[in-house]
Amino acid sequence: MLELSPIELETLSLSLRVGLWSVITSLPLGLAVAFLLARRNFPGKILVDGLVHLPLVLPPVVVGFALLVLFGRRGPVGAWLYGTLGVTFAFNWKGAALASGVMGFPLMVRAMRLSLELVDRRLEQAARTLGAGRVRVFLTVTLPLMAPGILSGVILAFARSISEFGATITFVSNIPGETSTLPLALYTLTQVPGHDADAWRLALLSVALAMAALTLSELLARRLGRRIQGLA
Amino acid sequence: MIEVAVEKRLGAFRLDARFTAPGSGITALFGRSGAGKTTLVNMLAGLVRPDRGSIAVAGEQLFSSERGIDVAPERRRLGYIFQEGRLFPHYSVRGNLTYGAPRRAPPGAARFDAVVALLGLEKLLDRRPGALSGGEKQRVAIGRALLAAPRLLLMDEPLASLDQPRKAEILPFVERLRDELKIPIIYVSHAMEEIVRLADTLVLLSEGRVAAVGSVEELTSRLDLRPLTGRHEAGAVIRTTVAGQDATFGLTELVFPGGRLRVSHVALPLGTPVRIRIRARDVALATTRPEHISIRNVFPARVVELAADRGPLVDLRLDIGAPEQPVMLWARITQRAAQELGLAVGRQVFALLKTVALDRGSLGRHQPAGAAFDEDEGS
Repeated sequence: MLELSPIELETLSLSLRVGLWSVITSLPLGLAVAFLLARRNFPGKILVDGLVHLPLVLPPVVVGFALLVLFGRRGPVGAWLYGTLGVTFAFNWKGAALASGVMGFPLMVRAMRLSLELVDRRLEQAARTLGAGRVRVFLTVTLPLMAPGILSGVILAFARSISEFGATITFVSNIPGETSTLPLALYTLTQVPGHDADAWRLALLSVALAMAALTLSELLARRLGRRIQGLA
Repeated sequence: MIEVAVEKRLGAFRLDARFTAPGSGITALFGRSGAGKTTLVNMLAGLVRPDRGSIAVAGEQLFSSERGIDVAPERRRLGYIFQEGRLFPHYSVRGNLTYGAPRRAPPGAARFDAVVALLGLEKLLDRRPGALSGGEKQRVAIGRALLAAPRLLLMDEPLASLDQPRKAEILPFVERLRDELKIPIIYVSHAMEEIVRLADTLVLLSEGRVAAVGSVEELTSRLDLRPLTGRHEAGAVIRTTVAGQDATFGLTELVFPGGRLRVSHVALPLGTPVRIRIRARDVALATTRPEHISIRNVFPARVVELAADRGPLVDLRLDIGAPEQPVMLWARITQRAAQELGLAVGRQVFALLKTVALDRGSLGRHQPAGAAFDEDEGS
């Protein structure tokens, strides 16, 4: 009863793969954008800010459709990528990772930006008077002090990613074993009569996964919080 | 030598400061809050960029708007001790101390063990900054700056955030930096007692400008600088030497050219130069030598200057020194007393000073700046 069927295992591992890749690849970009928004002033900053947050307020279908137009085989970006690098996002798990990464991006950037704004810049100044250049200051002072924000950004984006539905199904469809992540597989089961039990199992699996991610993040955040308060 | 000539506009505030300070001993930047002290130190450190001007330390140009020089803070090699410590919360005390230590320490740089011993940090090394008291934090901050092998220390009111006992805990360490490490220090403060105890040279700042530069003794004896050196706390600073200890009564005798004075016991060897600050309101005057009186410090004096204050008070500058070696003292009395005694410039009087008015806070061990410099040259 508690053992997962081969199909369930496949769905779970696909979901994890999509979630992890979407988070890992958007992490450096998210950090850069958070840094830009928190520390720099430039013309069009409001526009960039709006663009980053757009997936949060748009219907996911719109995001999926936009990705389809841009990154589809014949889309301007998709065609270029396929022509020069031989990479395509169309109807495969990479596309699913891209879609869920875009949907999770605003959550990641928000958390990182908030924590970066809370980093005491006077500590960075102190580090520079002690002979540390900008890069060393960023790596040894800024980054460790914003670690809780990075962590919560990553977990939020990961949780958003494994529960992504609308943009994924619009962009890369619902292909078992390729793009059919947990929510998509669950959706399929609810459309077929007589699979209520299987649907329940996937739903509970989703809950367990989300709970595990949130608990882990809470535990890590507590440890990091004590650390940067200079207590542990 | 520290040569500063900088201008900067910050909103309605305009900083236009020029001064030259010796390359040894402690130079105090003194002024009220808002006078521009911190901004000036931040400019030295490279954290604030002047609009115009130049900054040079020990012959190296750190900033020059004319020549387009602006050395990055991390390349200036100036140790900065901030008012609030600014320890890194995510590092242990040891990690904080070694953060700025160069991989290859230049010859003559302070060593880890020596700094830890000097500041009494042995038991704190594995602690986190969050578990330290205010005084301990400031000691770690001093050690961290020292271990970065600076050629000059900048201290921005390092005692301002501490209560009186903690201040008394840190002050001896600052004296040891001055006397044992011979590292030049720029010391920002608005507390005259700290300055008397520590500083050799005084830079008076007022509303973004340098009002005067000179020795502590000289500037505190000038009546025209009273509004800046502090009205209520106004007083003169006198250089003395420890001449004797009176074990029976627990007193220490200090001599200056032309006289001697007794203070409560200070544990310093004979011959130690000591600077003492005597507040104008602690000095009384008499026209004849008083007898049958508890006051033991009675100095023959000549009135040099009379300066009426606002209100009923008058400040008198008195010379209590030997011929050709003037020693300036201030007395603050009422206009009425001055008139009734017929006090005028040139008049011979007696200045009276209660020993109990002089506490440890008004004494500073004073190492003549020149001596420290000479020893440096010799090594």
